[in-house]
Parts: sequence; C-alpha cells; structure tokens
Amino acid sequence: MTLYLVKRLAVLLASIAVAGVVVFAFMALLPGDPAEIALGVNATPDAVAQLRRQFGTDRPAVVQFFDWFGGLVQGDFGTSYVTSSPVGPQISDRLGVTAVLVLGGMVVALVIAVPLGTFAAVHHRNPLGAVISAVSQAGIAVPAFLAGILLVFVFAVQAQALPSGGYVPFAESPGEWLRSLLLPWLSLGLVQGAVLTRYVRSAVLDVMREDYLRTARAKGRGSTGALWRHGLPNAAIPVVTVLGLQLATLLVGAVVVERVFVIPGLGDLLLNGVAGRDLLLVQGVVMVLVAAVLLINFVVDVTYHLLDPRLR
Amino acid sequence: MRGRLNAGLLVGGALVGIVVLAALASFFWTPHDPTFVDAARKLREPGGGYLLGADKYGRDTFSQLMVGARTTLYVGIVAVGIAAVIGAPLGVIAGMTPRGWLSELIMRVNDLVFAFPALLLAVMLGAVYGAGTLTAMIAIGVATVPAFARVARAATLQVMVTDYILAARAAGRRRPAIAVRHVLPNISSVLIVQASVSFAIAILAEAALSFLGFGTRPPTPSWGRMLQESQELLFSTPRLALWPGLAIALAVLGFNLLGDGLRDFLDPKLRRIRAEG
Repeated sequence: MTLYLVKRLAVLLASIAVAGVVVFAFMALLPGDPAEIALGVNATPDAVAQLRRQFGTDRPAVVQFFDWFGGLVQGDFGTSYVTSSPVGPQISDRLGVTAVLVLGGMVVALVIAVPLGTFAAVHHRNPLGAVISAVSQAGIAVPAFLAGILLVFVFAVQAQALPSGGYVPFAESPGEWLRSLLLPWLSLGLVQGAVLTRYVRSAVLDVMREDYLRTARAKGRGSTGALWRHGLPNAAIPVVTVLGLQLATLLVGAVVVERVFVIPGLGDLLLNGVAGRDLLLVQGVVMVLVAAVLLINFVVDVTYHLLDPRLR
Repeated sequence: MRGRLNAGLLVGGALVGIVVLAALASFFWTPHDPTFVDAARKLREPGGGYLLGADKYGRDTFSQLMVGARTTLYVGIVAVGIAAVIGAPLGVIAGMTPRGWLSELIMRVNDLVFAFPALLLAVMLGAVYGAGTLTAMIAIGVATVPAFARVARAATLQVMVTDYILAARAAGRRRPAIAVRHVLPNISSVLIVQASVSFAIAILAEAALSFLGFGTRPPTPSWGRMLQESQELLFSTPRLALWPGLAIALAVLGFNLLGDGLRDFLDPKLRRIRAEG
C-alpha cells in the first residue's frame, strides 16, 4: 500500500507539473504583449520596453515559466498585469465560495441518490423502481444551468420564497447565506443526483446477486440486514469512483451555475479574467481547477485501494 | 440484424430523428428568418404565424429552434468526430500493446487531457483565438478523446485474447492489418455506443458554452444562447426559457436513450446478462 501511495503521489505531482507547462504554453500563445496592452496604442517603444522589464515578460519563456511555476508551489500566483493586484488572494477568496457550492451540491446528490438508487435496485421488478430509473434518465438530460433557471422560475418567480441570485457571505448573515446557496446547491445536486442514482442502482443490483449476500441471508440475517451489513459497503466501491469523477464535473458545473446565480466564485473570476484579458489571473484559476481535478482523481484512486482489499 | 428493437432505441431514435429533421428542414425552410430583428414583433405572443412567439428582438422562436438544432448537430458531429478519429486509434494501439511504453505513454497523456474539462479548454481556446463555434467544437472534441481512447482500449484488450486474433497472428498477419481487419470491426459496436453517449455530452457542453458566451456567436441561433438571453426575462416571459431548455433536454435524452438502446441491440451477450439479472 505504501509503495502504491508513493507511486501514485509521484504521478500526481508529475501530472500537475505537466499541466502547468500546458497551461503556461497555452497562455503564451495569447496574441498581444501585456505591456503594449497595458499602455495602449500611443505608448512609446521605450515605455513599453521598460514595462516589459518590470513585468518580466522580456525574459525567455522558459525562465518565465519556472518563475511562475516556482511561485505557484510557494502559493504566489504573481501580480496581475491588468489590475496590478496580486492574483493569489483573489483566487483564495473565491476558492472557498466555489468549494462550498460544490460540496453542497455533492451532499444534495448523495442524499438523493443513495436512498433512491438502493430502493430502485431492491424493487427493480416493480413499477416504482422503473419510475425512479426513468426519472433519473430524464434528470441526466438536464444541464445544471437549465435546472438553475427552472428552479429560479419555481422558487423565486412563482413562489417568491428564495432569491433568484446574489450571494451573502456567511459572516454577514448565516441565514441569508443559506438562502442564497439553496437554489445553486439544488441546481448542481439534482442533476448529479440523477446521474448517481443510476450508478447506485446498478452497483446495488450487482452485489444483490453475489454469493456472500445469499450466505448472509442463509445465516439468518434478513434481506435488509444482509444488504446493510454486506451489500452496501461493497456497492460503495464503484460508487466512490463515480463520485470522484462527478466531483470534477461539479467543479466545472459550478462555473456555469455561478453565472446563473451571480455567485462570486472561481468560475466568475475566470470569466471576468478572460473578459478583461487578465493573463495571469486566467492562468492561475485554470491551474487551480485542473490541479483540483487531478487531486480529486488521486484521492479517488487511493480510496478505491483502501475500500477494495483485493487491490491491496 | 443482431438484436431486437427495444424501447430505448425507438424513443431515442425518434427524438434524435426529430432534431435531425428540424436541422435538415431548416436549410430549406423556416417559418420566418430566424435572425431578422423586428422591434414591432418584440416579445410577440404565440399565434398568428408565430407558433411559439418571438423573443425580445422580435425573432421567431420556432425558426430559431430549428436553426439551433443545426448548430447543435454540427457541433456534436465535429466534436465527436475529432474525439473518435484521435481517441479510437490511440485506444486500439494501447490495447494491442498493453505492456509497451507506447501504451503507457498514451494512457498517461490521456489522463492528463482528462484533467482539462471541455469548458476550461474552450475558455482557454476562446481567450487565445476568440470564442466561437470552431473553438467550442475543438475543445469539446479534444476533451472527449480520453473517453474514446479508454473505451477502445478496454474493448481491444478483450478482442486480443480471442481465438481469431491468435489465428490471424499465427497466419503471419502484421499488427496494422490485424488492427484494421479484425480489431476495429469487432469493437465498432462499442465505439458506436460511445459516440451516441458522447454526442449527448457534446450537446450539453455546447449549450453551457453558448450560455457563457464562449460558444456560437450571434446572430447564429443556438439553444444555449437562447437560454442565456431568456434569463433576464424569466420574470415576465418564462416561455422564452422553456422552449430552448426543452429542446436541449430532449435532444440529450434522445442521444442517451439511443446509446443505451444501441448497446442492447448490438450486444446480444449483454442483453442475456440483463435478462438473467
């Protein structure tokens, strides 16, 4: 297990480094020189050259990359060429909002998927099980931002029970914070819950056919007891993998949902950065999101090994 | 004919058929010019030649939906095409040489690309080359490559241990010939299913990108942008969000059902397993 962990960690770190090269190379293709853009068309060549020196963009690309990536490792994302403010604090401010959004969405998805999926599997021969399968199939077809718009229509326009957008920090008012996040959480969670329900159902169906479950029942445990004790822990293995992949999907979904609900998260920051041609900001946010996806995959792989004794 | 028609195949096929028909018909006929702006028809209610009404610029919603179907299919076909053309051969190579360095390299690069979701790629591409249908298609296509490569690799691994591959190798056939003559035809059903599922994902991605302004540029109609434009009018004219939303959901549902249906139809073994389960 330790050897596996070390190997997997090495792959993670190498992947993050290569991803850094890719992101940097991509952004280096961006047309226009940051110094020229900052100074405008009427700037003298001397002024541009001086600003280039100040930004450090006059150095070779390789040097700039190591400077940028070396900074990232120490938590320094550089200083924006456009706004002259450090990028790191902007990202860390927004990261918390997006993390809360994603985790809340995940909780909603789990709360929906685990009971419904298990129910649909146990009752796979009766109509209600089939209805759950059909509803989850329909849910998969709805993108999170569309779910968001529908939820706004029902809960904000019609019922006027919840705000249609905006974000209130927790420190300002915990109650309002909760109200401002309920619909975004539901938008992300309902759709992912529909996807997850299918996986939970098929995972539980698979373990229901296993010999050990029959043995447990033969030993006198009831069907429900056997499923709880032996079935669900085994069904959890494939579900955890999907959950990890979904977390990555949720992270991206959050970018769009933040736009629907005007939530100041990483997605909002990224899109504003692109609009303002803020190179370092876009580079930093993309890097954080990609590193998060890689980290999630790492945690999933390790969890998978921990849960499945056969892999140890 | 390998299997029986099933409900998924029929319903999915019908939904996809409607989208394809609407897209094809839009080349020859739409009730009105979908891009024609007319202040007099602003937010016109449905009826009187305007089946689903008009939007805030007076453009006919039904005509926009028809041409939007074209955009959706166009993006889906090109994106899935890119993913299949790059991903499937890579997966076959990796599957035919499972212990080689090439296989290892392909799968590691695959994992790396997997870390760049379509939306991030599209935003990055959009920042560099300007957002538009082309950058969206390329981003969605590249982001879908890993899915094809993984599926093709897994299917190839299964095919490689069969007797007919052994026979072909014993007969002295070279690897490229085996790949083209024996592996590809035998994994084609898996790839077709993957294409259908990927198409559904591509539609979702295109809609999300257009919604964010990183997809199809105005005035070309797109379901995602129709939704984005309708959002500010949700309080007064919710029907503007209803139709493109419904179109996206039904198209995605159609391709998902078609994928599931095709899987059952093309793989009799799987159907038997399901029937037993």
